[in-house]
Amino acid sequence: MTARLLEVRHLATHFFTRAGVVKAVDDVSFDLEVGEVIGLVGESGSGKSMTGYSLLGLIDPPGRIVQGSIKLKGQELVGLPQEALRKLRGRRIAMVFQDPMTTLNPVLTIADQIHLAINAHERVSTATARQRAVDVLTRVGLPDADRRLDAYPHEFSGGMRQRVAIAIALLHRPDVIIADEPTTALDVSIQAQILAEMKSLVRDLGMALIWISHDLAVVSAMASRILVMYGGRIVESGPTASVLRDPRHHYTRGLLNSLPSRAAPGQPLTQISGLPPSLGALPPGCAFHPRCPRADAICLTAPETTGHERRDWRCHHPLTAVSA
Amino acid sequence: MSEVSRSSEVFVTVEGISRRFVPHVSLGDRIAAALGSPLEQRAVRAVEDVSLSVRRGEVLGLVGESGSGKSTLGRMICGILVPSAGLVRIDGESVMSGGRRPRKTTTRVQMIFQDPYASLDPRMRIGDTIAEGPIAHGLVSKADSLAYVQHWLRRVGLDPDAAPRYPHQFSGGQRQRIAIARALAMKPDVLVCDEPVASLDVSIQAQILNLFLALRQELSLTMLFISHHLGVVRHVSDRVAIMYLGRIVEIGTADAVYTDPQHPYTQALLASVPQLVLEDDKMVSFKPIPGELPSPMAPPPGCHFHLRCTFAQARCRVEPPVLRPAGAQAAACHFAGELQFTR
Ligand SMILES: Nc1ncnc2c1ncn2[C@@H]1O[C@H](COP(=O)(O)OP(=O)(O)OP(=O)(O)O)[C@@H](O)[C@H]1O
Ligand SMILES: Nc1ncnc2c1ncn2[C@@H]1O[C@H](COP(=O)(O)OP(=O)(O)OP(=O)(O)O)[C@@H](O)[C@H]1O
Ligand code: SF4
Ligand SMILES: [Mg+2]
Ligand SMILES: [Mg+2]
Repeated sequence: MTARLLEVRHLATHFFTRAGVVKAVDDVSFDLEVGEVIGLVGESGSGKSMTGYSLLGLIDPPGRIVQGSIKLKGQELVGLPQEALRKLRGRRIAMVFQDPMTTLNPVLTIADQIHLAINAHERVSTATARQRAVDVLTRVGLPDADRRLDAYPHEFSGGMRQRVAIAIALLHRPDVIIADEPTTALDVSIQAQILAEMKSLVRDLGMALIWISHDLAVVSAMASRILVMYGGRIVESGPTASVLRDPRHHYTRGLLNSLPSRAAPGQPLTQISGLPPSLGALPPGCAFHPRCPRADAICLTAPETTGHERRDWRCHHPLTAVSA
Repeated sequence: MSEVSRSSEVFVTVEGISRRFVPHVSLGDRIAAALGSPLEQRAVRAVEDVSLSVRRGEVLGLVGESGSGKSTLGRMICGILVPSAGLVRIDGESVMSGGRRPRKTTTRVQMIFQDPYASLDPRMRIGDTIAEGPIAHGLVSKADSLAYVQHWLRRVGLDPDAAPRYPHQFSGGQRQRIAIARALAMKPDVLVCDEPVASLDVSIQAQILNLFLALRQELSLTMLFISHHLGVVRHVSDRVAIMYLGRIVEIGTADAVYTDPQHPYTQALLASVPQLVLEDDKMVSFKPIPGELPSPMAPPPGCHFHLRCTFAQARCRVEPPVLRPAGAQAAACHFAGELQFTR
């Protein structure tokens, strides 16, 4: 049997702060197949980025992975020494951040940055590096890549910089790219350009993609499967359209109902009352229970993940399926 | 055109307003200017000859991408930024006119900003922040101010006992409620909201949008609602204006603009917004607008949109189009009303 591309089981990443333990990622499990795009959605502070960082081995003290397993093509990543993880990063798993300047060095030309990124894993000549830079920049839709290689990041617009960061992530043809809100800071006309390019790149290169976003519409258009995160846990997952059409968890439904497109113009939105919890002081049991219209005493105990086939949820009183 | 008719109802009038920002001029530039290279061209034309009106009790949404001039226009209407030309009238009274600062700033217009973290003084108790303006303008006596503050806290859905607390003790959404309470406590006729929900998560955004809808009903507020989020603007606005590089390219009822856009930019902008996909295996194709947003320092001549427009003709490269009636609204395109958009 061939191994799954990525198999995450019971992953927990906690931060041990003076104020207490912050359970940023708690008991997270999911699979990713070759060429698949999954979306990881949730509101601010729900643990999306920390899930991504955990996969890359980028959790720094006071945080650490306290439990669980991450297997990349069968190889266990949890517990690998830093040096081994560094060799994987960029080559087999790469990340694109919301702010492209996380990746880019402001004092280096684009050509130099790309050369450095190649050198992290293989030695090539300057001429070869330039050629690979042109190839990969053209791929991400940067016009005149050849001419722009000697420019500095500040000479580029936000959208252009994000393209360069994506190009760098593509350099070594990694098996998995984790894209952490790469279009959130961009204008909508530019966002649509990048979404279109990412989508065709994934299709052409057969890469797998984890698309982190708080925007359900973006995820619904990008990802075939969706993971909904709340309070550091995945509360619902499944094929994107099925989950969004037919949510079983009350939080998923609440999120959908919060979208302005869900109500007639001028009519009140069905809002979720209350505030999202702090991950350092999660309510006991189902973390959503203080905001949930269906909660009762049993919700003070943590619900197990249940479900069928590829749909699952973590709720004592799941919504009933509307459509089959 | 419906814009100017029924003048008895018109409450906010903006006439031919413009605002330029001249960057700091270096010695080199001054020498270059002395040698004949025009300095004026390097100014950012943040808002260019904008006219519009808002009726009493109406919500006008203002949409546009980053740098299109939304905040600049909002700040001029609010009376906190002096226009380079043109004027703003509230209820017939001129509050701002070209080049001059008004004798006294108006309290009839209040503004709410995107970042509730930055707009509240971290060292002040929120009760004092809310009471400060009303006391200064004689809307309430110092003795009655606590009850007044509590009234407004309750109105925006906060605990009235929260008055002695400091901003850092509140979440982002709660701080935005405090900012709303502070603005409303000034009993404004007009509220200018500049991206009031942009920094909030969707569940909190929904709570704040509901609050706006309720307050608007009860207080019959006239509002300018600025956002780059097309869905949010559609939800709260009666009429909508679309801005591109300092100019209004389309204005009309929200319904008309969203369902039957007349300007190629509006049409392309609406098409580029990702929609929630609820069908299995549906192939989604994104419809981006080609090209980049031009620099507002050097916008293209003629129609600012011509470099990215699939309908552009020779005329578009030289002649700036003016707003004219098209469909049920007005659009600034030479071919408005004649174009067939494929969807
Ligand atoms: N160094 C740290 N020490 C303590 N807590 C931390 C640290 N880094 C992250 N956290 C906590 O981890 C939690 C999850 O954060 P994460 O960045 O994953 O959220 P997110 O879902 O990506 O949110 P956003 O949408 O805002 O990016 C947060 O509550 C945050 O406070
Ligand atoms: N005080 C200023 N000095 C110089 N330039 C300015 C100033 N304020 C605004 N501008 C410029 O004017 C243009 C319009 O800016 P404005 O803030 O009004 O845009 P906006 O539509 O509100 O954009 P955003 O969506 O990013 O908030 C921009 O190019 C901006 O850089
Ligand atoms: S005036 Fe010309 S360039 Fe501008 S939007 Fe209309 S057709 Fe396009
Ligand atoms: Mg994040
Ligand atoms: Mg602005």
